[in-house]
Amino acid sequence: MSGRIHSYLTMGTVDGPGIRFVVFLQGCFARCIYCHNPDTWDKNTGILTEPEDIVEKVLRYRAYYGKQPQITVSGGEALNQIEFTTKLFRLCKKNKIHTALDTSGFGCMEEEKIKELLEVTDLCLLDVKFTIPEAYEEFTGIPMEAVVTFLDQLEKYKITTWIRMVIVPGLNDKAEEMERLYQLTKDITCIEKLELLPFRKLCLEKYQEMNLEFPLKVTPEAGKELIDSLYNVWNDLKMK
Amino acid sequence: MYSFQQWNGFQEGKWMEKINVKDFIHSHYTPYEGDATFLKEATSRTKNLYGKLEDLCVKEMEKGGVLDIDTNTVSSLTNYQPGYLDKENELIVGYQTDAPLKRGVNPFGGIRMARTACESYGYKMGDKIEEYFSYRTTHNDGVFRAYNDEMRLARKIGIITGLPDSYGRGRIIGDYRRIALYGVDILIKEKEDDKRKIGLRLMETDNIRLSEELYQQISFLVKLKEMAKMYGFDISEPADTAKEAFQWLYFGYLAAIKEQNGAAMSLGRVSTFLDIYIERDFARGILNEEQAQELVDDFVMKLRSARHLRTPEYNELFAGDPMWITEVLGGMRENGKTLVTKNSFRFLNTLYTMGEAPEPNLTVLWSEQLPEGFKEFCSKVSIDTDSIQYENDDLMRLIYGDDYGIACCVSAMVIGKQMQFFGARCNLPKLLLLALNGGYDNVSNLQIGPQEEVYPGDYLDYDLVMERWTTYRAWLCELYVNTMNVIHYMHDKYAYEKTQMALHDTDVHRFMAFGVAGLSVITDSISAIKYAKVKTIRDENGYIVDFETAGDFPTFGNDDERVDSIAIRVVRDISDELKKTPTYRNAEHTLSVLTITSNVVYGKKTGSTPDGRKKGEPFAPGANPMHNREKNGAIASLNSVAKLPYDCCRDGISNTFSITPGALGKEKDIQIKNLVTILDGYFHNRAHHINVNVLRREKLIEAFENPELYPNLTIRVSGYAVNFHKLTIEQQKEVISRTFHEEL
Repeated sequence: MSGRIHSYLTMGTVDGPGIRFVVFLQGCFARCIYCHNPDTWDKNTGILTEPEDIVEKVLRYRAYYGKQPQITVSGGEALNQIEFTTKLFRLCKKNKIHTALDTSGFGCMEEEKIKELLEVTDLCLLDVKFTIPEAYEEFTGIPMEAVVTFLDQLEKYKITTWIRMVIVPGLNDKAEEMERLYQLTKDITCIEKLELLPFRKLCLEKYQEMNLEFPLKVTPEAGKELIDSLYNVWNDLKMK
Repeated sequence: MYSFQQWNGFQEGKWMEKINVKDFIHSHYTPYEGDATFLKEATSRTKNLYGKLEDLCVKEMEKGGVLDIDTNTVSSLTNYQPGYLDKENELIVGYQTDAPLKRGVNPFGGIRMARTACESYGYKMGDKIEEYFSYRTTHNDGVFRAYNDEMRLARKIGIITGLPDSYGRGRIIGDYRRIALYGVDILIKEKEDDKRKIGLRLMETDNIRLSEELYQQISFLVKLKEMAKMYGFDISEPADTAKEAFQWLYFGYLAAIKEQNGAAMSLGRVSTFLDIYIERDFARGILNEEQAQELVDDFVMKLRSARHLRTPEYNELFAGDPMWITEVLGGMRENGKTLVTKNSFRFLNTLYTMGEAPEPNLTVLWSEQLPEGFKEFCSKVSIDTDSIQYENDDLMRLIYGDDYGIACCVSAMVIGKQMQFFGARCNLPKLLLLALNGGYDNVSNLQIGPQEEVYPGDYLDYDLVMERWTTYRAWLCELYVNTMNVIHYMHDKYAYEKTQMALHDTDVHRFMAFGVAGLSVITDSISAIKYAKVKTIRDENGYIVDFETAGDFPTFGNDDERVDSIAIRVVRDISDELKKTPTYRNAEHTLSVLTITSNVVYGKKTGSTPDGRKKGEPFAPGANPMHNREKNGAIASLNSVAKLPYDCCRDGISNTFSITPGALGKEKDIQIKNLVTILDGYFHNRAHHINVNVLRREKLIEAFENPELYPNLTIRVSGYAVNFHKLTIEQQKEVISRTFHEEL
């Protein structure tokens, strides 16, 4: 079976550990207010590609990926094409490729399918976008419940997880955000790391090209100081 | 067997019977597998001394690039009184003239070049020198006496450019370590023995020439001793301490750069050799780590002070006042052990103790087997300073063994056993345009080469164009070899490198190093002709002056076999074709894909090309894909270059790679690890060379607009590093326009 692919990155260094081959899938239900890839929303476009072709590409560049070749499937939303993603990951495992799933946790409600995918997932990069259900829905268009449920699944199958949150000035940049995130995750043992990603506006051109209004065009980018201060809050909470 | 009390603490071996530095290194050095934590910072002595040098460098910049010229003395080993920066505080002594950064005049390559160089900085060459050289033949005089009409024309049109016919050829590495290990007297004795033996042979051209050369070598070894004596040192015998070893070795290098103003005056492979002396002094309890770093710092400070007097035209080709004092670090032994020592780290550490700088041209011989600690330190230094380059030891070791060095940027040679005749490069895109126009050059409006009718059709047909390409390629290659033969015959005759060749075995292997410029332009042009529709645009005389290219075609730098195979074919064919014409002194033909900074000038002299590049626009440097035609990211770009075959480009394949810090990863320690992984991958795929710049384009633009913000900004350009502000404005713009691999 083939998947709808938006694009590839042969030298991904920011989506999981090491240098990775990153696959961006086409299609996403969420409409995150800060989304950087509006061109991946439409689920009907993209290039139809077989898992075998992707694995062949990864292996072609394997010398650049260190001791073990590594792949990250991102989006769009990987769970929207869960059967394809599962098949791709299975093939990766067969070829000893480390697999990372970059997801919002929203896109598939069938527990059996999620189980099958997680069986071949080495690492999950889970986006927790906001920590208040109302804000979550308002700014992403999808329910927060989905990410909480998905986190439970990750815990159940003991999948190493990195929590990722894009910090947007004025929206989720307060210390309380970290406290709520801490409450949400403190009992989950599979979480290895928290990554706070600064909100940036590199996507303005893309929005212009697509004739779309970028909702946050006047919002300032998140600075290093802000990110560092939130990490400090987080680390203090963890120390308690 | 030789014996000296200075050799106490060393083990007996083959190296004592006759000159064999490699055997000495391998039986004495201490491999180091650890990390950089042992390194010490600069002492206050070093900081003070370097401060004085930096002040002089600022004055030099203020005076337009040249601090002072001694216009009344011809540069040679003993013609200047000793010079000092701060006599009491210098650990290693010796300057080219009687004062630091003051330049000497060296007219042996060509008097005109020397005269123009003086004049362009507001000086006039002394009458005595003018008079002396009016009776003396220079290398340049000799060449032009023998050049035929076509050679002159090829030079004028710029189809072959940058040839060393009016300046010193360089690219010869003396084995300066021999002086420290054996002292000069043994070197003289060995050369005298060789000369005696050759005197018994049939006296025909080769032996007569070699006998005279040996005479000259010996006389310059004697001068080398005199030069050292002027500084208060007797270097007849071996060095006794680490400090002496650095000093003895440096005197050898200093003598070479006093005698010769060759384009590239490389150092070789000295750090691991010198580490043996440091370790011996550690064991004797007469040196500590801080003092060892001081010795390296002082030595490197001297190398950073080396200068030659050049003309502005020369600077256009080779910008930034480079000397290519290339020192290779690291690498592995043939038995699988590493050649990394603590001194490999100390040399890199000079980029911290004294800040980033383009010289010496620190070159890491990369192997996948290098110790992780060393790999990570190199990576950190690249990220912090953009001052070092990497070459594939796993590739070169198979050919050159484990005691080779790099001359200039990418030219490998066994130290003390091989040398090369440097041959700049020919302009491939221009050759294509000549072929299409039947021997007419649309930039100079001159005719050269086989005279044919201009390509007749409206559209370029791949087969017809390749037929012409083959004809003109054969013509050019024969002309190129013959021209080089003239140049190097005359260089040997009138500007022979006496000091440097005295530090080689008498029976030396010679390479003749040819080169190509514009590889990605010719490759993409052929690809356009093959895969798209290329329409010719003509001037009123019917000559082709431009092209209209319709449709898509694959471009080099995207890991696309359809076009990468064209690039491979181009270099293979040129290499094969060059080998058809015999060389002077039976030198081995080699080929490089390297431009230095001349890619800008070559572009200027070349009309529009079928790939869409317009008349006058720069080529990409070296083997780089053309700027911003790389659509599949960094790894695909690296893979395309890695495919170029080293077996037919044995003089090196240069790739300059710029990446933003963010594209390497979020945090510094991750960036360091990721760069190591990329280098491992690139070299695993049999690539030859890479310059690594880790910086943002915005920083260069800032530096371009406000030079005072980053006065020491050093970047890798093409096989060497350069202070950004010493580039011409055109070159700065070209560097800014290059592809920067960015994070998404």
